[in-house]
Amino acid sequence: MAEPLQIFDRRAVRLHKSRASRTIESVKPILAEAAERLLERLDPVRRSFQQALDIGGRGVVAPMLQARGIAVFACDPSPEMARRAGAPAVAADEEWFPFAPASFDLIVANLSLHWVNDLPGTLLQIRHALRPEGLFLASLPIVGTLAELRRALTEAEAALSGGVSPRISPLPTLRDCAGLLQRAGFAMPVADLEEIRLLYANPMRLLADLRAGGETNALAERARKIPPRALFPLALSQLQQEDGRIPVTLRLAMLTGWNS
Amino acid sequence: MSESASSPERPKQPPIDPRLLEILVCPLTKGPLEYDREKNELISRQAGLAYPIRDGIPIMLVEEARKLD
Repeated sequence: MAEPLQIFDRRAVRLHKSRASRTIESVKPILAEAAERLLERLDPVRRSFQQALDIGGRGVVAPMLQARGIAVFACDPSPEMARRAGAPAVAADEEWFPFAPASFDLIVANLSLHWVNDLPGTLLQIRHALRPEGLFLASLPIVGTLAELRRALTEAEAALSGGVSPRISPLPTLRDCAGLLQRAGFAMPVADLEEIRLLYANPMRLLADLRAGGETNALAERARKIPPRALFPLALSQLQQEDGRIPVTLRLAMLTGWNS
Repeated sequence: MSESASSPERPKQPPIDPRLLEILVCPLTKGPLEYDREKNELISRQAGLAYPIRDGIPIMLVEEARKLD
């Protein structure tokens, strides 16, 4: 069987998440903001949900679903992070889903599918785990997210070493997202845009938050050698400021799709 | 420490949520799992793998599974 292209090093992804399980509290406000906007999609839905699955909710999503009176199971690729999910949990690789068909009537993935190599295959497995008329909700960073940082790092690295190595993940467009849902067989697929703007007084905090959230570089082709000492300070100093603070934009696709 | 010293048994593993047993399948084969209470594992006969349960959390990762003899 041909292996799909391995863009991400899944072992590194799991390691980063395990390490982040001890620091996740510090970035919970950002995860919660995205989760609240995502779960707003439930408000106009007239049906009720009995049993939900929270994929990679990191202790933020499961309690929000429980507050809506929905029973929740959770999964995360890292056992340590799974333990902090706030619901009965399983350690599971999203690409090798361990759930029986038609197990849930709601599946939510808040900012947790962007380290998956085989997104079409994963979405298909998610749909199969949904009951008929079950709903899938996901938030996914898209092109434009951390664009400021990507540009600054590329320019700084080119200036310092005459070449660049991939430091920030490739991301899909909004249109890609809708297409992915459709390709996985979801009915009434919708991908709409939400933007979260963060302002950092100290640009080092941005890097600290990425690390605390388990979101550091897990690209398979990442440079393994230690970057030049000046790289991050130079890149961060190039970021444009607004009233002495550095704006960082998270552009998120909010995906909804129904299992027919 | 004194409590564990007075009891010869190993500290009991928290039990797995029984509702999880109804929805979990082998991630590799999507086939059924058997719950081995004694060893605290979920066994996939088709894959020849035993998935450990740690602190009540099933570890459904192929890299962490034990190969069956």
